[in-house]
Amino acid sequence: MRTCLVVDDSSVIRKVARRILEGLDFQIIEAEDGEKALEACKRSLPDAILLDWNMPIMDGYEFLGNLRRMPGGDAPKVVFCTTENDVAHIARALHAGANEYIMKPFDKDIVTAKFQEVGLI
Amino acid sequence: MTPQDYEFLRKILKERSGLDLSSDKQYLVESRLIPLARRVGLSGIGELVQKLKAGTEPLTSEVVEAMTTNETFFFRDKIPFDHLKEAVLPALVQARASRRALRIWCAASSTGQEPYSIAMCVKDVAALAGWRVEIVATDLSQDVLEKSKAGIYSQFEVQRGLPIQMLVKHFKQIGELWQLDADIRGMVQHRQLNLLQDFSHLGTFDLIFCRNVLIYFDQDTKVGIFERLSRLLESDGVLALGAAESVVGLSDAFKPYPERRGLYRPNTARAPRAGAGSVMPLRAVASATR
Repeated sequence: MRTCLVVDDSSVIRKVARRILEGLDFQIIEAEDGEKALEACKRSLPDAILLDWNMPIMDGYEFLGNLRRMPGGDAPKVVFCTTENDVAHIARALHAGANEYIMKPFDKDIVTAKFQEVGLI
Repeated sequence: MTPQDYEFLRKILKERSGLDLSSDKQYLVESRLIPLARRVGLSGIGELVQKLKAGTEPLTSEVVEAMTTNETFFFRDKIPFDHLKEAVLPALVQARASRRALRIWCAASSTGQEPYSIAMCVKDVAALAGWRVEIVATDLSQDVLEKSKAGIYSQFEVQRGLPIQMLVKHFKQIGELWQLDADIRGMVQHRQLNLLQDFSHLGTFDLIFCRNVLIYFDQDTKVGIFERLSRLLESDGVLALGAAESVVGLSDAFKPYPERRGLYRPNTARAPRAGAGSVMPLRAVASATR
């Protein structure tokens, strides 16, 4: 079973994402900020990461930079999932190595479409 | 809704659009027509049917449009568009090298996601730069054609099937909405059209997308449409159908495109059939949906 790390400081969003992604046959790991997400990646790299932008301690953008510099850190498919819905943020995320971008609010169809787009489904 | 009202609505939908509702689609009719009835000041389906029986043409058109407009999204099913980029367009670039022109018909184009997906694919093929590429988008509903022309989509709509790189490359953000750039919109011509009516005036095409519309028609109607589509497709052209649609067992006008599921080529080996595929005797001059 493939793994997806869900990184969001909102427990509600993590719960919603978990329900959707488990329905898509992913095993879910959760982290509430970028630092904890990075620790999880050092233990074991997931296949996919659903990543919020604004979080305490280490935000999603900084986490992504750190992840992509890690050995093997270019492998996980990273899908941003954020309320930062403007073109400038999207372009910045893509430049930093994000594979896809979900603008909140989202639903199951959108998550499915985006995960299909990057070859995770 | 009474069984009599449902039968009446089934009959006019069949006559006007070819939509072939099975006997268990009352929920669909109610979900689409109760909001319409209330919007025009009627209490529900019963009163709506009475008005239709009295013969109000604009209301009949609204009912048909409400029932035949269906959800669509960018790069729907993904695979047909991969085929387009990997096989169909490269082959047409070679075959039309002297003409440097392509004609593509997107039948039942709804709110534009499909013809614009095709346009974005075309735009990404460097070898087609400077070619005259005409994409004709047709639909039964004038309302959806107007939305398509505007090329403005909600955040939800642009996230269903549209890769994020395409969004950044081809759209402008307008508040919470997204509008396709004028160069992509300008590649698509919009026309109201009923697939049940004669469409020979559209001319011939190199590629026809007729996806997720024939599933609503009965067998005879499908056979007739396949026959008439085959007359508009160039002998080396390509027909794309929806994932749940096929010509197999219905028509020998087309044969499957090798290794490309959902795509078909004209079957040039078969004998032409006199009288097949005639248009249905309808009053409406518009229609087609997905």
